[in-house]
Amino acid sequence: MKNRLLSVLALVISVAVLAGPASAQTPAAEPPAAAEPAAEPKTPNVLWLEEIEAQPWNTGGNFWLPTPAAEEADPSDFMFYAVLGLSIFFFTGVTIATVYFVIKYRARPGHKAQPSPSHNDTLEITWTVIPTIICVFLFLGGWRGYLAFTAERGGALQIDVTGQKWAWSFTYPNGTVDNNLHVPVGQPVRLRMTSTDVLHSFYVPNFRVKQDLVPRRYTYLQFTPTRPGVYRLYCTEYCGKDHSMMKVRVIVHETGGYERYLATVEERSATLPPVELGKQLYEKKGCAACHSIDGSPRVGPSWKGIWGESAKMADGSTATVDAQYIKTAIEEPNAQKRAEFAGGQMTSYAGLLSEKEIAGLIAYIESLK
Amino acid sequence: MSSQATASAEPNYFEVTKGFKSWALTLDHKRIGLMYLFGILFSLLLGGAFALLVRTELMMPGETISSADTYNKFFTLHGAVMIFLVIIPGIPAALGNIMLPIQLGAPDVAFPKLNLSSFYLWCTGAACLLLSIVMGSVDTGWTFYTPYSLDESKSGAIIPAVFGVFLLGFSSIFTGLNFLVTVHKFRPQGMGWFQMPLNLWALYATALMQVLATPVLGITVLLLFVEHTLHIGIFDPTLGGDPVLFQHFFWFYSHPAVYIMIVPAMGVVSELMTTFTRKPIFGYRFIAYSSVSLALLSFLVWGHHMFVSGQSPLANMVFSALTFTVGIPSAIKVFNWVGTLYKGDIRLQTPMLYALSFIIMFTIGGLTGLFLAILATDVHLHDTYFVVAHFHYVMMGSALVAFLGALHYWWPKFTGRMYPERLAQVCSIGVFVGFNLTFLPQFVMGSRGMPRRYWDYDPEFTIYHQLSTVGAFILGVSLFVVVCYLMVSFKKGRKAPKNPWGGTTLEWDAPSPPTLYNFPEPPVIHELYDYDDIVEDGDNGWVRKPRPAGAPPKEKH
Repeated sequence: MKNRLLSVLALVISVAVLAGPASAQTPAAEPPAAAEPAAEPKTPNVLWLEEIEAQPWNTGGNFWLPTPAAEEADPSDFMFYAVLGLSIFFFTGVTIATVYFVIKYRARPGHKAQPSPSHNDTLEITWTVIPTIICVFLFLGGWRGYLAFTAERGGALQIDVTGQKWAWSFTYPNGTVDNNLHVPVGQPVRLRMTSTDVLHSFYVPNFRVKQDLVPRRYTYLQFTPTRPGVYRLYCTEYCGKDHSMMKVRVIVHETGGYERYLATVEERSATLPPVELGKQLYEKKGCAACHSIDGSPRVGPSWKGIWGESAKMADGSTATVDAQYIKTAIEEPNAQKRAEFAGGQMTSYAGLLSEKEIAGLIAYIESLK
Repeated sequence: MSSQATASAEPNYFEVTKGFKSWALTLDHKRIGLMYLFGILFSLLLGGAFALLVRTELMMPGETISSADTYNKFFTLHGAVMIFLVIIPGIPAALGNIMLPIQLGAPDVAFPKLNLSSFYLWCTGAACLLLSIVMGSVDTGWTFYTPYSLDESKSGAIIPAVFGVFLLGFSSIFTGLNFLVTVHKFRPQGMGWFQMPLNLWALYATALMQVLATPVLGITVLLLFVEHTLHIGIFDPTLGGDPVLFQHFFWFYSHPAVYIMIVPAMGVVSELMTTFTRKPIFGYRFIAYSSVSLALLSFLVWGHHMFVSGQSPLANMVFSALTFTVGIPSAIKVFNWVGTLYKGDIRLQTPMLYALSFIIMFTIGGLTGLFLAILATDVHLHDTYFVVAHFHYVMMGSALVAFLGALHYWWPKFTGRMYPERLAQVCSIGVFVGFNLTFLPQFVMGSRGMPRRYWDYDPEFTIYHQLSTVGAFILGVSLFVVVCYLMVSFKKGRKAPKNPWGGTTLEWDAPSPPTLYNFPEPPVIHELYDYDDIVEDGDNGWVRKPRPAGAPPKEKH
């Protein structure tokens, strides 16, 4: 009887060891999704950029994971499926054994507990050592995959990322700033990230990468996109009221698309009339997170109809909303806070906006009378 | 109240004195434990109500019942109440307080006055935490991460909450200290360390962690308080502080805290497995050692909460490797529990149903922990619903379910009343179904990329959220019914026999409910988990067969 228990359990454990790596192979053997051609429209009209940004983000993938779209997904997914196989195996084993024993040895008239060993060192050492060995392999697999994330890559495109409540801004090497992230396919990207207020976290599920943004400190994140398309970028470190609204798009451009994107943006901001520039900045720079343009108050005052208004300040004084006031509010937001929004904490945009851009914002607010 | 005089007629601990003062100033560990228990059950309903508000809000994308601000307060309060007021004190302070001295055959804990003061600290801490709701409510998440929690406009709510946590921490330290000394000093003649019930091993291991880890929580929240009032610049980056330092401090306590929650649950389940299979636990020593090794290893793994916080890759590697070490004792325990079922005589009464649920759900909780220990996959899953589901499987599916099992197991002992068995069995199945329906979908939405603490979500996650919400309501209703029938049976339940389950540990030799000093006569120490001499005797429950004189001594396990 004792031997039967032993042999059953030994069988369970040995199958676990064999099946673990085997089941890990299966999903990894699927053809790499990155090789598939991208289905992106190539309409060469002026609304090219708007059209790309308006595309639905990728919601594909299988039951467990979203479509992989970066090199980093390979080691991560390999380990995911390996542990998934192992987990399903062990879970099934434990559940079947439990259910089987409960049915077989359930109390019923005439049934009694049968004598059985109260311990068995060989068996117990076996089921200590085997999980230990499995854990060593899991650790090594995870560590190797992680090294691939962190090891510095040559020829990377460096993009500066700033997180703030509740918007992202991405600064490209040529100085272009955007609220969505645009990257070329196939080139390593290195993000240098920081936050202006609280912790945030950069997360693109399709890339399987994540890194917190810490105020007054740089953190770095690398990835190499492999699949053109539009993906979700989430903030995953809780940052307050609109944490769940701090999500934008990552556009992975086909070869040449990234350069075209930069050229389009540059050309536009050079030729845009001030009101249009201001409107674009309102959308791109995260102003919309706290300021509405329809009169409804958010964390900060709505811009609708405030031009020329005489507003009461937190310190009791009164100020008129004019060009000077707006410029001060952008560069030193806490110098003159309106009484009803005294709790709001805007971060200064001094140095982040050019004089031309500030003038654009002033023109835009003036236009919202 | 001499314990020798009138053994059988001696009043039980309810009858011995009456009136408000006799409870408010009691030094009796059972009364203190019972008051803790009522406080904890109330907190459980409160925390559960917040959970249902969270789940209702997430029924649809966008606003369902509350604004984002209110939602953030709901999940913060849910977490803070459940962790600090329910799960941490659940098994040790309430049930441990009642059962630990009785299982030792002792009249009380070592320091009864310290025990009472720890209860009042708990009450004051809980009051501060609830006061913060009135003061505008905290919306930082139960983790109080800096610099978000340093926002001065929220000081009004954060300061009482943080002060509450500080007091609750001391309550926990006092309980731990008391238990350590009690186990060391109050073990009776004939009960060596390895004749202790496994529940005592688990409570001992828990007490070690409470005493060693909780002071760090105290210091951390004190620093947070000082940062708010004096702006000294420890955590505040604008003053040169380091917000990530807070995470190190916080998790240095809060990771052991996870084991403060789960280790006593493991102890309880070990007791339930042996009693309801009517045979000795399989691998007693391995289980005992694994409780203590979990307690020690729990101090070495806090950094795995911070793999993407900006911690160095080297630190990540070390913490990932160490994290796997906690998986091993956990796996051993699961195998030993399943081994205990083998050739038993398994009775599926309510406590056992909870114990079996525990094994299934702890296995899921433990295995999904592997995904999070592996660096390459944690980076993807960190701060998603996968983590939410994982820790709910451990803290609720395991720790709280074990608490419910323990509550039903010992309820007849410390109240002297039986709960309605059939209804309780139905509810335990409701808890199991509701729980799994709530949290299984969360694994999938997490691995598909749904971040946690989100008020709004993308439409592709709707179906998972809806399943989860339906499950949460099944769970909520089941738990509510449990609390109701327990309250009713407290007054009106059938009188409980001395030993309704046929347990072999010492508490089953005490009257139900016990007398003031637990045992009218000093208890006799029997062979641990020896079921041969205990037989069923109708309405009297189980009774010990007198051993024939001159019978050969039993073989020790």
